[in-house]
This record gives sequence, C-alpha cells and structure tokens, in this order.
Amino acid sequence: MAGSPRARRMLGKSLRYLLLTVLAIVVIFPLYMTVVNSLLRPSQIAARPPTFFPTNPQWSSYSSAWNAGHMSRYLLNSAIQTLIITVGQLVTAILAAYAFAFLEFPLKRTLFLVFLSTLMVPFEVTIVTNLATINDLGWYNSYQGLAVPFLATGFGAFLLRQAFLQVPRDLQDAASLDGYGHWKFMTRVAVPLARPAVAALGVFAFLGAWNQYLWPLLVTKDEKYRTVQIGLKQLRATSIDQVNVTFAGVIIAALPLVILLLLFQKQLVRGLTAGAVKG
Amino acid sequence: MTYSGDSGTLGALADLGEADQVEGEIPRRRGRRFGRRRMREMGFAYLLLIPSLFIFGVFVFYPFFRNFYLGFYKTPPFPGLPTRYVGFDQYRDVLSSQDFIDSLKTTVGFALLTVPAGIALGLGLAVLAHQQLKGIGIYRTIFSSTIATSVAVASVIFGTLFNPVVGLLPWLGINPQPPILENPDLALIGVAIITIWQTLGLTFILMSSGLQSIPEEMDEAARVDGAGPWRRFWRVTLPLLSPTIFFAVVVGSIFAFQTFGQIDILTQGGPLKRTNVLTYFVYTTLRQDNNDGKAAVLAVALFSITFVLTLIQMRVLERRVHYGR
Amino acid sequence: MARVVLQHVTKRFGDVVAVNDLSLEVFDREFLVLLGPSGCGKSTALRMIAGLEVPTEGTIRIGDRVVDDVEPKDRNVAMVFQSYALYPHMTVRKNIEFPLKTRKVPVEERERLVLAAAETLGLEPLLERKPAHLSGGQRQRVALARAIVRRPDVFLMDEPLSNLDAKLRVQTRAELVELQRRLEATIVYVTHDQVEAMTMGHRIAIMSDGVLQQVGPPQAVYEKPGNLFVARFIGNPAMNTVTGPVIADGEGLAIAVGASRVPLPSAYAKAITAAGLTGVVVGVRPEHLHLAPDGLLPATVSAVESLGHERHVICRLEDGQMVIVRQPSSDQAPGEGSWVRLATELHHLHLFDVASELRIEPA
Repeated sequence: MAGSPRARRMLGKSLRYLLLTVLAIVVIFPLYMTVVNSLLRPSQIAARPPTFFPTNPQWSSYSSAWNAGHMSRYLLNSAIQTLIITVGQLVTAILAAYAFAFLEFPLKRTLFLVFLSTLMVPFEVTIVTNLATINDLGWYNSYQGLAVPFLATGFGAFLLRQAFLQVPRDLQDAASLDGYGHWKFMTRVAVPLARPAVAALGVFAFLGAWNQYLWPLLVTKDEKYRTVQIGLKQLRATSIDQVNVTFAGVIIAALPLVILLLLFQKQLVRGLTAGAVKG
Repeated sequence: MTYSGDSGTLGALADLGEADQVEGEIPRRRGRRFGRRRMREMGFAYLLLIPSLFIFGVFVFYPFFRNFYLGFYKTPPFPGLPTRYVGFDQYRDVLSSQDFIDSLKTTVGFALLTVPAGIALGLGLAVLAHQQLKGIGIYRTIFSSTIATSVAVASVIFGTLFNPVVGLLPWLGINPQPPILENPDLALIGVAIITIWQTLGLTFILMSSGLQSIPEEMDEAARVDGAGPWRRFWRVTLPLLSPTIFFAVVVGSIFAFQTFGQIDILTQGGPLKRTNVLTYFVYTTLRQDNNDGKAAVLAVALFSITFVLTLIQMRVLERRVHYGR
Repeated sequence: MARVVLQHVTKRFGDVVAVNDLSLEVFDREFLVLLGPSGCGKSTALRMIAGLEVPTEGTIRIGDRVVDDVEPKDRNVAMVFQSYALYPHMTVRKNIEFPLKTRKVPVEERERLVLAAAETLGLEPLLERKPAHLSGGQRQRVALARAIVRRPDVFLMDEPLSNLDAKLRVQTRAELVELQRRLEATIVYVTHDQVEAMTMGHRIAIMSDGVLQQVGPPQAVYEKPGNLFVARFIGNPAMNTVTGPVIADGEGLAIAVGASRVPLPSAYAKAITAAGLTGVVVGVRPEHLHLAPDGLLPATVSAVESLGHERHVICRLEDGQMVIVRQPSSDQAPGEGSWVRLATELHHLHLFDVASELRIEPA
C-alpha cells in the first residue's frame, strides 16, 4: 500500500468512520423518516422521489393525532398505568428485597426461589384466568385492571436484593447502635445506598409497563382507558389515508420514552446487565 | 438503650446480655432461635413479603396452575352451555391438530429468524462502537436508540415503510408482489426484520456492557503476544463474552416465543396463517373463537416449549460458557 | 536480545503531557528499572516501547530497527502486565502456548518450548489448571512463562510484583534477578517501589511528571542524587532536607537554620557564589546524622520510634523543619522532648539549589 504509515492509519480511521456512519444511518432511518413524514402532507409522503427533509413542516398532524386521534387521552392513560405499576413494583421490590437481604426467617431460601420462579411463567399462561379474575372484580376497562396484576416483580426483588447485600455489615451494626429500627434503616440507609439499582429498576419497570401490548389490548375496550400502544393501532386504522397523522401519533407515543432514556441511560444499562454480564 | 413499649420488663430481662435496642433491631449473629426478637423479626419479614406474594399468588401462580386444569374442560361452541370435562382428550386433540403444528412451526421459525441474527447484529455493532474514536458517543446513542421504540411503535413505522403505496421500499427497488406483509412467503421475514430492529438497541447495550467488562489488558496481552484482530476476537473477546451472549440467547428466545404485538397490528396471523405464532393463536382462540379450553391448552403448550427450550439451552450451552474472572 | 533506544519521545493525551521529551537507552542484556511515583509516565513509556501507545513525538528503536509504526505483534517484545492478564478461559498450558500459536510455530516445537518455559518457572504440575485455580504467585509465574516462551528481544514488565504479598515479593524479586541473568535478557521494568529498583536493576531511570530525572546504577543514584526529587525518592527513610538562606559566615558561607549556622564546605562555597544562589537545600541521609553533645545543629526530640535493630529519632529544628536520625539500638535513646545537638561529617552533605532543585557540584 502506498503512503507513509501515518497516512495508512488515517485511511484505516476514515474507513471505520465510514462504516459506522453507514450503519448508523441504516439504524436511525426508520425513526428519522417517521419524524420527517409526520411533518409532511399526505400527498408529499406518497410523492416520488420522497422528501427527506420537511422544508415546510405541517404541525397540524400533531394536533390531529392529539385531539381527533385521542392521543392525549391515550398518553394520560399510559402515564397513569405506568406510574401505578412503576411505583407499585418499586415498593414491593424494596420491601421484599429488604426481607431477603437483612432479615432471617424460616423458608427464606424457598420463598426466594418462589420469587424467582415467577420469571419463568410466561404471560400467556395467565391471561385466561386473569381476565376472568379482573372481570369478576369488576375491573374490566379500568386503571386497576391495567395495573394491579403487575404490581409485584421477581426480577426487581432479585436486583434489589443484590444491591442491599452490598451494604457493609459495619453500617448495619453502626445504625443499630445508633438506635435505627428497620424502617429507618430501610429508608435512610439501605435504599439511598442502593440508589443506582433502585433507579435501574424504576427505569426498567417504566419501560416494561409503557410498552405493554397484550394485556392492555385484552383489558380495555374504549378510548377512556386505552393506552398509547393500543391507541397507535387504533390511530393507524382510523387515519389510513392520513399517514402523517399516524406518524405524528408514533412520535407522540415514543417521545416520553426517548426523554426518559436520555435522562436515565446509565441506570438502564446497569439494570439490563445485572445478572447478564456476571453470569 | 431503649426498649419497645410492649416488651415490658420481662422482655427487657429476657434479652439481657444483648446490648442492643430491642424493637426492630438489625439482625445480630447471636441470639436464640425462637426468642421474642427472632419471632418479631420473622413476623416483620413475612409482613414485608406479603404484598408481593399476594400479587404473585392471585395473578401468577393461581392462573398458572388453573390453566392446566382449564385444559381439561372443553368449551361448548355456543355460549351459555356448560363446559364439559374431557380430561386429557382436549390436550390430545389440540396438540395433534394441524393448526397447532403449523403454529408451532411458525413460532420456531420466527425464533430462528430473529434470535441469531439479532444477537449477531447487536454484537457486531457493539464491537464496532467499542473503539476509541472521537465522537463514538454519538454512534453509540444512535445504535441504542431503538430501545425507545415499543413493539407498537416499530410495527406502525415499518408497516408504513413496507407499504407498496406510501412506503419507501418500493422506491428503493424492493417491490415484491404481493407486498411483503401480505406475501405468504415473506410476511414472517418482514415481521422478523421489524423485531430485530426494535430489539437492536437492547441487544447493543447488552453486548456493549459485556465488552466493557472485559479488561483491556486481556486484549493488549493478545496484541503483544502476536494475535491479529480476527484471532483476538475469536480466541479472546468472544470466549470472554460468552456469559453475555448466553444470557442474550436465553432471554432472546423467551421473548421471541412471546411475540404478539407486531402480528396483531400488521398481519393478524396471516397471510394464510403464515404468521400465526402461538401467542397470537392463543389470543384469537380466546377472543374470536371464545374457546377458553382450547386457549388454555395452547398456553400450556407455549409454556412447556419455552420451559424445555430454556432448560436445553442451560444444559447444552452453559457448558461452553466461560465464567472467567 | 537487543537494546532499546528512546529519542526525544513525547506522549500527549489531549492537554496532558504524560511523557515529556524522554531520551533513554536500555543496553543489550541490561536490567533497567523505570522508577517513579504514580502518574510519572513510566507505564506510558513502557507501553510505547510495547507499541500499545503511539508516541506523539520522537522515535523508538528496538535493536537497530525503528519501530514507531510497527504493530506490537511484530516488535518481538514480551510484556508482563500488573494484573498478569492471563486468559481466564484457557489452561496454563494454552496460556503459555498462545504466543507460539499466533506465530504458527509447528506443534512439536510448541510443545517443547512450552514445557521448557514451564520447567524454568516450576509450573509443570499446574499445566492443566485454569488461572482461577491458581494463587497470585502462581499466576505471576504463568505470566512470566508466557513471556519467555518465545525468546523475545526485550521483556517489558509493568509492576509485576505489586499484587503479591510482602514475603512472596521478596522471594520473587530474587528469582527475577536470577532469571534475567540466566536468560541474558534485556528487561525494562517499571515500578514505584524504590527497594525493588535498588535491588534488581543494573541501572535505574527515575521519572517524575513525565520527565526523566536521572539515570544511573543504583549505588550512584543513591550516593549522588542529581536533584531534590531523586534525593527524596531514593532511600528509606528518605533523605533529610533542610532549607535555608545562604549567609556569609566568617570567611565562608553557611546556611541559617533559626539562630544556628550550618557551615558549607569551601569547595561548594565557590560554586554557590559563582552561580549567585541565595537559598540552598542541604540533604543528609538519616544514617549519616548522629546525636552528639558538640553537634552544630540544636533540635528537640519530637518522637522516638524503635524498630528493634535500630531507632529513628524524629527531631524538630529551631525553625520548625523536621529531621530524622537513624541510630543503632545500642546507642542511648534520647528522651522525648529533650534538647539534642545534631552532628554529621561534612562530606555527607548534599547541596541543592532551592530554585532549580539541582545538585550543586563543588567547583
């Protein structure tokens, strides 16, 4: 190859940048086109060659999706459902993990296995009965129906137990000598120290709840309680000739997650890799 | 030293010799098995576990076991009529039906399409983004961006992208007839592509974390030892990454078997039932056919297959995983 | 085996200059120790020799070859990392074998070489074990075996002993010296431990903040430190340094310490006046100081530390500067808080310029 070694190094670098850029474009392309198309008129979207940059953004698609498309309501429902589930999971996981990490009691190991076994039960096996249960409770098409089955988490208990186990023995002893009972220790020492894991669980729970599809589909029937994911399906059907409105709906549905992830990237990574990397 | 109100002098005397606070103390190693403190600790522990256990009991374990039981009852074709106990007959009938076998094949095929390719892509991107280049952070953010997309979001986006009229694929020259999602031969592949894209962010982050946990000195030692980039990847990086890959395969398979949203939004099991994965089959049996009994059997089948698959993976694959330090 | 030459090598990481204009030659078959505190650039320099970092400026030669743009794998160097960097998924045998496999050495010869390396380091019984099942000392030996198995031109070692416990460290030190002698190897050895440097190296190269301070045989560096940094770094306990202004004292010069005077040897006086220096740092090693009733420098005893075979007497001078005196246990121990007088032979004094911190040579 011609050129000095320094030049060769530069060529290698440029090639790597090129490859990265091409791949990045491929990955981001669908999302990018969604944003672009949400700001175009339907006629522009169908036009060939396609428009890759909206020179005259039509924000009306967003108001359409928001109002006529009921996206505002769907967003609210998703928010409420997700918040209930996230808070619920955090609370139950903290309580359970605390018991497993700091307390001694008979059947501890068995009970922990019970918690872990819930990870093995696929959702589909439970839907028939759960639907019936929710119906019987009169919770069909309601926030309770959406959220209550998911208020506990085996994964969360596992994750937080790991984190709590890292609290040094010395700290427990010192707190005990200082007169801290369990509640105080839990809220003032253990949870603050395990904040990364708690945050990771929070993000993870939020993500899972927000993206739920099958259960909200089964348990809601109208826009009063429909979540944003089902709402998207609905919107697509009703805006079949106004693709820009559908895309605006997509962006509205995705935006909260994007913001959440930008803010909590680190926590999410930690939560995802707990147990994966260490084996 | 304080003593809780209800323990009284007796309680205080009983615990003499232990110089700690009596009420709700943090566990000490010593102490008898069933003294007051032990009991209190036990009670408190169970109290903490009750919320989770209650939810699990009602919404996980009860349905799980009841599901097997439900499979024993054949749902009548007309509502209003009682269900009939048929024992294992329903299991036998449903599981040997062509519908089920086809659906099973579709589900397995789908998993085979998405899991290996998804992991390979995620790994490839992670390796590429692991270099020390300026601005690499932007690329990493872009590669993980699909994690913000839900199954519904991805389905709607690609549904339109694949659309023969407004989609971009035809413009790029890719225009199969009939269009991808309506094409019996291509529909499953189309859904697979969507699924791979949607899970790419997750896989990327997982693989990146795995890569970061490999000490850099390992790679440097290999460089000094004379290994070129390929050899380093195959002999050093990959083996050390095997726990992460193993995790991705197991979890990925489980998720692949639980695919639902994309099918519901885009193909509804078609065309010609070519995308009728088990989860969708359960759903239509339940909602459209109103056949609870059959749905229960299908769900049991789904669970069993996932469970067995996971077991097999644990047995076969985990042996080749190097949990090195 | 080969020599290594660094010429005006500089390494910048953004705004940080890790290695600053380093010129150093490692002779063939020499055991050279790169010594310095954390962050002084010694590891970076080593990594540049290995090819793991590319110098921002300057040239590096191994043997007679300029290796600036040569990949690590083509430089024929072997490296022992601080953490040993053993491949955890491979057995000891496969670890040692790895460098030979990458060079496509045929199977029989590979086996022979691996066995030889294992024998040299006493690893035969451990060949089929994995690193996780080895002790720290054993892992270190595997790392060494992996390095010697292919007869490289140069061995590079990055603080290889720092993860061993004290007793093992002493033992391994001796083994490494013996190994170098036997293999007649060129070794560049990085450490922050001056005891290792003094006992193992043919020459020591001391670095601080990326700059080479002094190079020389251990004894030379000990007896004639070229600047204050080296003076304080080598020797345990460290050399005492007393700072004071230069004043005229009768016909000669002295430095003022409180109300007392430390007369400076006339040979130095000339050099000092010639250079116009106003402040001088006097260095004296603790073992060269003793307590004598007729000593020149008064001080109070601040603390007395008994180490069994010797005693460290920590003294405070009139102007508050602290000084340590080493005395054999057989001497009378002074009481804490008592007044003493310090004495030394003038030829044991080292003089440094306060401003440049460089050694002052007698004119």
